Amino acid sequence: MAGKKQVNPTRMELTKQKKKLATAIRGHKLLKDKRDELMRQFLDLVRENRALRERVEAGIQSANKDFVLARAGMDDEVVNAAFMAPRQSVQLEADTKNIMSVDVPVFRFRTRTANENDIYSYGYAFTSADLDGAVSNLSGVLQDMLKLAEVEKSCQLMASEIEKTRRRVNALEHVMIPEAQENIKYIQMKLDENERSTQIRLMKVKDMMLEEAHHYKERRDQAN
Amino acid sequence: MYKIAVIGDKDSIYGFATLGLETFPVQSPEEGARILNELAHTEYAIIYITESLQEQIRETVERYREEHLPAIIPIPGVSNNTGRGIADVKRMVEKAVGSDIIFGA
Repeated sequence: MAGKKQVNPTRMELTKQKKKLATAIRGHKLLKDKRDELMRQFLDLVRENRALRERVEAGIQSANKDFVLARAGMDDEVVNAAFMAPRQSVQLEADTKNIMSVDVPVFRFRTRTANENDIYSYGYAFTSADLDGAVSNLSGVLQDMLKLAEVEKSCQLMASEIEKTRRRVNALEHVMIPEAQENIKYIQMKLDENERSTQIRLMKVKDMMLEEAHHYKERRDQAN
Repeated sequence: MYKIAVIGDKDSIYGFATLGLETFPVQSPEEGARILNELAHTEYAIIYITESLQEQIRETVERYREEHLPAIIPIPGVSNNTGRGIADVKRMVEKAVGSDIIFGA
C-alpha cells in the first residue's frame, strides 16, 4: 500500500497487529448490523414521514386558501381581534425514545378543550364564514402536524446517525482492516526472512569451523 | 412542559393561534433568524416555519438539525411555497441511504 507507515518487524508488533485486526473485524461486523437495522427502521419511518407530510401540507394549503379569502373580506382590526384570545391551548410534553442508540423525541400533548366546536375564539357576527372553514380545517390537521414533528425530527436524527455509522463501517472495511492485514503479512515475511538468514549463517559458520578442525581442503589438495 | 411556535409571514400563520400554538409573525429573514434562535434556546420543542422563510434562513435552521430539540418543521404558507418540506425528506433519504429509494426517479 502506498504511503503506509512503517511498522517494526518484531514479534511484539505482530501480536499487537493481530489483536488490532481481530478488534477491527468484530467492530466492523457489529457496526454493519447496527447500520442495517437503523436503515430498516429509518425507511419505515421515512415512509410514514412522507405520508404525514403530504396530508399536513394538503390540509394547511386548503386552510390557507380559506384564510386568504377570509382576509380579503375583513378588516385587519377584525381579524386581529378575532384571534386575540385563543380558546384552545396545547400542552406539550417531550420524552425520548431510544432507537438503536439514537435518542429520538416522543411528543405527548393535551389540548385544553376536547370539544372540536369549541375552538372558535370569536363571535360569528363580524367575521366571514371562510374563516370558520379555515379554522376547522386547520384544527383537523393539528394532530397530524404534531405527529409529523415527531416523525420528521426522528428521521433527521436517524439520518445523521446512519451516515456516521456508514462512514465508520467503510473506514473499517476499506482502511483499518486491509492495513492491519498488510502489516501482519509484512512482519511475518520479515520474520521468516530473518530466520532463514540466521539458519544460513549458522550453516556457514559450521562449515568454517569443521574446515578449521579437519583441514579437508588441504587433504584434498595433497591427495591430488 | 414545552411550547409550540409558528414563525412566518403574518398572513400564513395567524390562523394557528386558534389552535393554541404561539405565532410569531416576522417581516424580514433577519428577524426570523433572530426569533428562531431565541425560541430554540427556550422551552419551544416544536417550531413550525413557513417554507419561504426557511429557505431564506437555511443556515440558522441547519444549526438545529442534529440537536435533540427543537424540531424545526417546514410548513407551506400562503405564497412563495417552494416544496422545501418534501424536498428535505428526500434529501434525508439521500443522506442516509446514499441514493433516493423512496421517491423514485
